Amino acid sequence: MSRLISKRSNWSLPYAIFLIFFVALPLVLVAMYAFQDADGRFSLEGFGKFFHDPDALKTFAVSLEVAIETTLLCILIGYPAAWILASKKYNRSAVTIILFIMPMWVNALMRTLATAQLFMMLDVPLGKGTLLFGMVYDFLPFMIYPIYNVLSKMDKSYAEAAQDLGASPATVFRKVTLPLSMPGVWSGILMVFMPTVSTFAISEFLTNNKFKLFGTIIQDNINNGMWNYGAVLSLIMLVIIGITTLLSKDKGASAEEGLI
Amino acid sequence: MSEHIIEVQHLSKSFGNKKVLEDISFYIKKGEFITFLGPSGCGKTTLLRMIAGFLQPDEGTILMDGKDIAALPPHKRELNTVFQRYALFPHLDVYENIAFGLKLKGVPEKEIDQRVRKVLKLVAMSDYEDRDIETLSGGQQQRIAIARAIVNQPKILLLDEPLAALDLKMRKDMQIELKEMHRKLGITFIYVTHDQEEALTLSDTIVVMNEGRIQQIGTPTDIYNEPVNCFVADFIGESNILKGQMIRDRRVAFIKHEFDCVDEGFGEDVPVDVVVRPEDIYFTTDPAKCQFKAKVSSCIFKGVHYEMWVDTDSGFELMIQDYDPYPVGSEVMLYIDPDDIQVMKKERTANVFDGVVKSAEAVTIFGEDFPLATDLEPGTEVRVEVPFTGIDLMDNLDDGVVDGEVHFILYMGNHYHLQVRTEKGESVWVDTNDIWDKGDLVGIVIKPGTAKITPKNE
Amino acid sequence: MKKFLAKSYIWILLVVMYAPLVFIAIFSFTESRVLGEWSGFSTSLYGNLLGGRMEGASSLVDAVRNTIVIAVVAATVATLLGTLAAVGIHNMRGRKRDALTFLNNVPMVNPDIITGVSLFLLFVFLGVAQGYTSVILAHITFCTPYVVLSVLPKLQQMNPNIYEAALDLGATPGQAFRKVLVPVLKPGMISGFILAFTMSLDDFAVTFFTRGTEGLETLSTYIYADARKGGLTPELRPLMTLIFLIVLVLLFVINVRQGRLAKKNGASKEL
Repeated sequence: MSRLISKRSNWSLPYAIFLIFFVALPLVLVAMYAFQDADGRFSLEGFGKFFHDPDALKTFAVSLEVAIETTLLCILIGYPAAWILASKKYNRSAVTIILFIMPMWVNALMRTLATAQLFMMLDVPLGKGTLLFGMVYDFLPFMIYPIYNVLSKMDKSYAEAAQDLGASPATVFRKVTLPLSMPGVWSGILMVFMPTVSTFAISEFLTNNKFKLFGTIIQDNINNGMWNYGAVLSLIMLVIIGITTLLSKDKGASAEEGLI
Repeated sequence: MSEHIIEVQHLSKSFGNKKVLEDISFYIKKGEFITFLGPSGCGKTTLLRMIAGFLQPDEGTILMDGKDIAALPPHKRELNTVFQRYALFPHLDVYENIAFGLKLKGVPEKEIDQRVRKVLKLVAMSDYEDRDIETLSGGQQQRIAIARAIVNQPKILLLDEPLAALDLKMRKDMQIELKEMHRKLGITFIYVTHDQEEALTLSDTIVVMNEGRIQQIGTPTDIYNEPVNCFVADFIGESNILKGQMIRDRRVAFIKHEFDCVDEGFGEDVPVDVVVRPEDIYFTTDPAKCQFKAKVSSCIFKGVHYEMWVDTDSGFELMIQDYDPYPVGSEVMLYIDPDDIQVMKKERTANVFDGVVKSAEAVTIFGEDFPLATDLEPGTEVRVEVPFTGIDLMDNLDDGVVDGEVHFILYMGNHYHLQVRTEKGESVWVDTNDIWDKGDLVGIVIKPGTAKITPKNE
Repeated sequence: MKKFLAKSYIWILLVVMYAPLVFIAIFSFTESRVLGEWSGFSTSLYGNLLGGRMEGASSLVDAVRNTIVIAVVAATVATLLGTLAAVGIHNMRGRKRDALTFLNNVPMVNPDIITGVSLFLLFVFLGVAQGYTSVILAHITFCTPYVVLSVLPKLQQMNPNIYEAALDLGATPGQAFRKVLVPVLKPGMISGFILAFTMSLDDFAVTFFTRGTEGLETLSTYIYADARKGGLTPELRPLMTLIFLIVLVLLFVINVRQGRLAKKNGASKEL
């Protein structure tokens, strides 16, 4: 026993067991339930159902569309913000970045509800526009922070070297700063795309239930006891997530980068 | 037996499939100052960590006072360590750092107080007990680290490159203090460093290590004056290392001249390596004393002496150190005392690789196919002998059969002798006139017609 | 001019981001049941909330209490488990380390809904009754990775020999952990705890799937149910305003403290 403790690499043993039990096993169960029918026999029924259900397919497409649009909007709005916040010329206080992060400490559902109410008061009809606005509003900090992180840690001498070699400020940005900050952008994509493609409550509030997203049908199925079909849908979502993760990891993103 | 405080027998250790220590045996006398000296990665720190108990040997035993200490965890061993970069506890002040070990042992408060104050005085740090660790300079932290170890009155003090983080001036001062401390305490010091000068200054005994093996054990003067191989000669001090030929006892040829020497027992007409220290080559104006002539090609003032490079009449470059400068371009007459010529047995005369015949045109070595012609049956296990000059190194990695990294460079007066390591860690030795730097990546090929291929079981 | 544009961009973004929060705060000072309708200044919602005088008051208070209890327990366990794990991972090499780091990243990358559904299936599969325990276990699952990632950098900054120095001076592994590692890693453990705590407070999806059918409510699920019923409980407005104020004060305090620490360290290096 003391031998076991004296080797420090063994100190992670409890957590390793915990992870196998509460992370690995549950994911295996998702796959298992997905390939079973309600009686526990092997079946591809769920997958057949999904691919022959125009409603489900449409929801799937809409979810992907909304997630991609939200992510793109976040990049368009967030990159300049991160760039300004990280540049010494325009911003000298670290407090501003904290101001961007702070709203995240308030319950996300509550913030979303307030946004929806604000729209209603301003007589803006709830629909896709408000949905996108609300999602961008909720997830923008997740895009700004990792980009800010990379930009503010970036060695100034790269840009100076480029200038020294005759590049104009615009060229410096295009050829040096932007390519070097791409890992941050990919971390942001990971942090924004994942929750938006899977969200359910937020979309319900922001569209008054007019827009169904993929997360909502997963929730409906699980809540109504259709576990196997719920597992099928979850597995499909997992595949999307897996592809995105691999893609962004490949480009240098890391979950740690987005850690606030 | 009893005067050997530590005895290490046939110690081996691997990390993964990398051998870090191979069959290490030595003993340490009670009260001596012993230094393990070698380049980084030679296994010296691993060895120290095994003595301290932080690592377990794969094979072999470590005896302390004649008792095997393999099963003893570090906190039960009667020795203390001064760590690289000190490892002081940042959350405790100076006093609490030093008292840490005594408190754990349950020493009474009053005695702790006395001992801490006494040891602070010893390291000249009285009045510092309430200071935060972060407010101390590197040298002060070093002193506290030593105090924290010796306050426990260990039988052995282990020091792992304790001065490496200090600047040159402070390092020199601390060396003197360490030596003085060793004398006062009278306990055994085991010291690890890559700094040869430090080792020569401090030690009673030096153990020179390279690539997981002990190269030489001896007193500082032994190691400096009589290095056993090229590695030791090159690592300790400046030296001219040259290829030579033992003609008979007490007579050796190198740089195409014959010299009297004091070495015997190598046999006749045997290839050897020869070391001559730069301060042991003398200028003379007496033609009768002159053994060879040379032309001075550079002369640099080094503070106490001048460092000169000369081209000998036989086409070799030698380094000479002397108190008097000779102008560049001047013709000089030189001689070497027989005493100052150190003859060493050659460790290897050619590369020997294990291979398997692939076809009539190829032999597989290191898992790659070298284009070598052979009459032997495909599948035969063979021994491939390639002279040092039979290896070509390529700038372009794609031009080589196997990639390697230049690991060790020796200048032999008129050519370079290189050790190139393949990715899998095998060594290839090369003689070349091209200039490479340590760490260069190269492609390795075998020149056609140089390899001798023989079946292995013959 | 460029500087002015840049500054305005940032401030416009901030105004938009804070608008809903300000909106809630403003309407916490009126009595109207519908958010967005102003029926004159009043602090009666605050009175109701703090005095517990409202419809379904007990359930809102229960939800707040549950949220806090779950967050405290989950964050505490996660901090212990995660710190030990971080020390382990830091001392591991090769494939084992990669495998563990990968598994540790999974709950962070996984969307909440997948974590929720998969844990729901686990509890169903094992036939475990869902309630307080299952929610806490689920929260530990997604909280611990944040602790691990907060503690690991502290281990990398730490002198690698500190633990061994303690053993060398006669400490047992347990003593070395308590007397040396914990004090040195404390800043990482604290930020890990805070992260875990806020993650747990903010969670909706995982709680939603693992809370079972016994009527366990946290603040998030309460709001969700409330909104689905139509019409939010008005007392949520002062509650949110108060939470935001507490966060504001906490962040301010932390920042001032860090600023002082940085100054103190900077000054000591000058010596």
